[in-house]
Amino acid sequence: MALLQISEPGESTAPHEHRLAVGIDLGTTNSLVATVRSGMAVVLSDALGRPLLPSVVSYRGAGVVVGHEAQAQQSVDPKNTIVSVKRFMGRGLRDIAHFESMPYDFVAAEAGAEGMVRLRTSAGVKSPVEISAEILKVLRARAEAALGGPLSGAVITVPAYFDDAQRQATKDAGRLAGLNVLRLLNEPTAAAIAYGLDNGAEGIYAVYDLGGGTFDISILRLSKGIFEVLATGGDSALGGDDFDQRVFCWIIEAAGLAPLSAQDARVLLTRAREAKEFLTSHGEAPITVRLASGEYVDVKLSSTVFAEITKTLVQKTLSATKRALRDAGLGTDEVKGVVMVGGATRMPQIQHAVGELFGQEPLNNLDPDKVVALGAATQANLLAGNRAAGDDWLLLDVIPLSLGLETMGGLTEKLIPRNSTLPIARAQEFTTFKDGQTAMMIHVVQGERELVADCRSLARFELRGIPPMVAGAARIRVSFQVDADGLLSVAAREQTTGVEARVEVKPSYGLSDDEIAGMLKDSFTHASQDAFRRALREAQVEAQRLLEATRSALNEDAALLSAAERALIDDGIIGLEAVLVGDERHAIDEAMAKLNLATADFAARRMNQSVQRALSGRNIAEMES
Amino acid sequence: MDFTQDHFALFGLPRRYALDNAELDRLYREVQARVHPDKYAHQPDAERRLAMQWATRINEAYQTLRQPLSRAKYLLFLAGVEVERERRMSAEFLMQQMEWREAVAEARAALAVDELEALHARLKKEMRGQYLKLAAQLAAPDVGAAADLLRQLMFQEKLLADIDDALAAAEA
Repeated sequence: MALLQISEPGESTAPHEHRLAVGIDLGTTNSLVATVRSGMAVVLSDALGRPLLPSVVSYRGAGVVVGHEAQAQQSVDPKNTIVSVKRFMGRGLRDIAHFESMPYDFVAAEAGAEGMVRLRTSAGVKSPVEISAEILKVLRARAEAALGGPLSGAVITVPAYFDDAQRQATKDAGRLAGLNVLRLLNEPTAAAIAYGLDNGAEGIYAVYDLGGGTFDISILRLSKGIFEVLATGGDSALGGDDFDQRVFCWIIEAAGLAPLSAQDARVLLTRAREAKEFLTSHGEAPITVRLASGEYVDVKLSSTVFAEITKTLVQKTLSATKRALRDAGLGTDEVKGVVMVGGATRMPQIQHAVGELFGQEPLNNLDPDKVVALGAATQANLLAGNRAAGDDWLLLDVIPLSLGLETMGGLTEKLIPRNSTLPIARAQEFTTFKDGQTAMMIHVVQGERELVADCRSLARFELRGIPPMVAGAARIRVSFQVDADGLLSVAAREQTTGVEARVEVKPSYGLSDDEIAGMLKDSFTHASQDAFRRALREAQVEAQRLLEATRSALNEDAALLSAAERALIDDGIIGLEAVLVGDERHAIDEAMAKLNLATADFAARRMNQSVQRALSGRNIAEMES
Repeated sequence: MDFTQDHFALFGLPRRYALDNAELDRLYREVQARVHPDKYAHQPDAERRLAMQWATRINEAYQTLRQPLSRAKYLLFLAGVEVERERRMSAEFLMQQMEWREAVAEARAALAVDELEALHARLKKEMRGQYLKLAAQLAAPDVGAAADLLRQLMFQEKLLADIDDALAAAEA
C-alpha cells in the first residue's frame, strides 16, 4: 500500500527556473567548486582547465592573488603568502601547532589568551576569515563565469569535527565573499551523499576522511532516501600536513641541519611533501635540496622509516575511529564499507591500517580530492529546490562535540551530548543571586572534559534587561538552540514576568557582528555604488522568493484561512509588489516584514497539517494491512 | 505547533514502555522528511525558523522515546514521579557500584584494554536483565519499584559511559 501522495512542503507546484547553486570544498590544501549540470555533479575548472585551486593566498602590496599564482610566491615571499589558513579558522595562537616555525607575522589577540589569531600582511592585519574569503571569492567568480549568472546559494563543507567557532568562521567567510550560504555540510557526510547516491548503497558505512589539515571519521546509516549520521569523531588539527612535518623533522635530524631560515624551511617542507607523495607508489624517496646557506642535503627516505615516524599519527586516527564506533554502538563487523576521502588517504600505511581495523579492503573508487565538492554540489542543488518532490533525500547530521556550561569551581555541566541529532535545543533555568540583579553571564564551552579549562571556550553570553527582583526570585529560562549547521544561538526569558532578556554574544574565538559588518564595509569601500546595488538586488531576490512562496502556499492551502486573514495576506502581497520595482531597499524590507507577519500563522498551520498528513499515512497503511 | 502534546501523542503512539522501534523510526523519518530545515532552505525566514522548531521538537521526542532509559524516565515523569528528586539507593547496590568503579579504575590505570572491554560486556549483559525487569514493573504498573530500578540503571549507564571513556584513554 502506497502512502498518500501529498506535495512536499516548500515545493512549489508551479514549475520554476533552475537556480544556480554550487558546492564548495574549502580545503586546507586545495579548494574546489562543483555544481549539478543536467543532473550530473561536475567540478568546475579554471580557464586553464585546472579543477583544484590551491588554498594559498598571497598579499602583494595592497593587492592579493590566490591559487597557483599565490603558490609561486611561497618561497619568494613566505611572510605574505598564507598556506593552510583553514588551520587558523576560529583558533587562537596557542592552539596552532608549530606556529613558531611558520613564516608569518602573527598578531595575538589583545585581550590576553583568547581571540582568533590574526596575521600582519603587506595589505594590513588580516583575520583567517578574510583570508579564506579571498579563496571563496575566486571560486565564486569561477562558478558565475561558468554558469553565466549570479549564484542563488552555496553549500560550503567543513570538517565534521569542527567546533562552533570554526563553523561560524567558515560561514562568515562565505558571507564576506558575497555568498548566500545555504548550509554548512560536514565533509564526510558530503562524501557519503556522493558515494551513496552513485552506488545505491544501503547499510552502515564509515567515511574515513584524512585531508591536508583535518581528520574526520563518520559512521552513517544509509537507507533509501535517508543519510543518517550515527556518530562522528576526529581531530581538527591532524592531517597530511602533519605527515609532512614529521618528514621535515626527520630530514633535519638525518642531515644534521642547523636552524633554518624561513625560505629554507619552506623549501624543505615542500621537499618533504613531495617525498611523502612519492612514497605512495615507491619504496624509497630521494630528497635533495640546496639551501640558501649553501648547505647541500642529500638523504633517502624509505617507506618503512616513513611508516615508523608517522605511526603515532595513524594511531590517533584509529583511536578516534574506535570511539566513533563505540558511540554508534556498533562493532567493526557491522560496517558494510569504509569510504576513503581526502588526498592523504593515498598513503599506503593508512590504507593498510584502516583495512586491518575493519577487516576489509577500504573503498577507493571515488576521487578522494573531488568527492566532497561533488557531494556538496548535489546537496546544494537539492536545497536550492531544483529537484522534484519524491526525488529527494533527508540528511540527519549530529553535533560532533558536547556543549556545556561553566558552573561553580570551573566545572562543566553538559547540556547537549556529542552525537546528538541536529537541530537540537535545550533549556536551562537560572536565577539571580543578588537583590535587583539585572544582568548575568553564561559561559558556553565545547568538549568532553570535566574542567572548563580543558574544553574550548565558545562564547560568553551576557543576559541584560532582567527585571529587578529579590535574589533568587527571578526565573530565567535560557534556551540553547543548535541549528542544522551545528551553530549555536541563545535566547533568554524571565519566566515570572515574561520579559525577554537581551543576549549579547562575546565569541571567544570568533568575530563579532560589528567586526563582520566592518569587514563587509571595507571590502566595498572601493565600490560603494556596487555595495548599494548589491544590497538592493539581494532584497529584491529575497522579496521575490517570499512572493513566490506565499502564492504557492495560497494555491495549495487557502482553505486554512479565514476571509479576514486572507485579505490581510493579499494586502501584504500587493504592498510588496508595489515597492519591489523601486530602488528603496528599506521600503522593500518593511513590506517583507509586513507580509511575513501576515503569513506567520498560516505557515504554522500548514506545517501542522503537513505533520498530521505524515502521521495519517501510517493509519491508512495500518488499516489496510 | 502544539507544545502541550506529549511525545507519545505527538507520534500517535500508545503511552507505554513497550514500543515497536522500527515503527517509531519510520514515523520519525516520515515526519522529519517534512519538517527538516533543509526542506525550507529556499523559503522565507519565518518558515525556516518554524521548520527548525518543528525539527527540534521531533528530534527531542524521538530521542526520548528511542532510548529505553529516557523513555522509562519520561513515562514516570508523565505519571508524576521525578526520578532525579529521590536519592535513596540500597546499600547493597552502592557496594556493588563501588566494586565496579574500583575494577574500572584499576583497568584504566593499567591501560588494560581487554579487561575494560570485558567489564563493558559484563555490565551490558547485567543491564539487559535490569531493563527486562523494568519493562515488567512499568507494565504492572509498579511505579515505586520502577523508579528505584531506574535510578540504579542511571548509575549503570553512567558507569558504562565511564568505561567507554577509559577505553578511549587507554587506546590513545
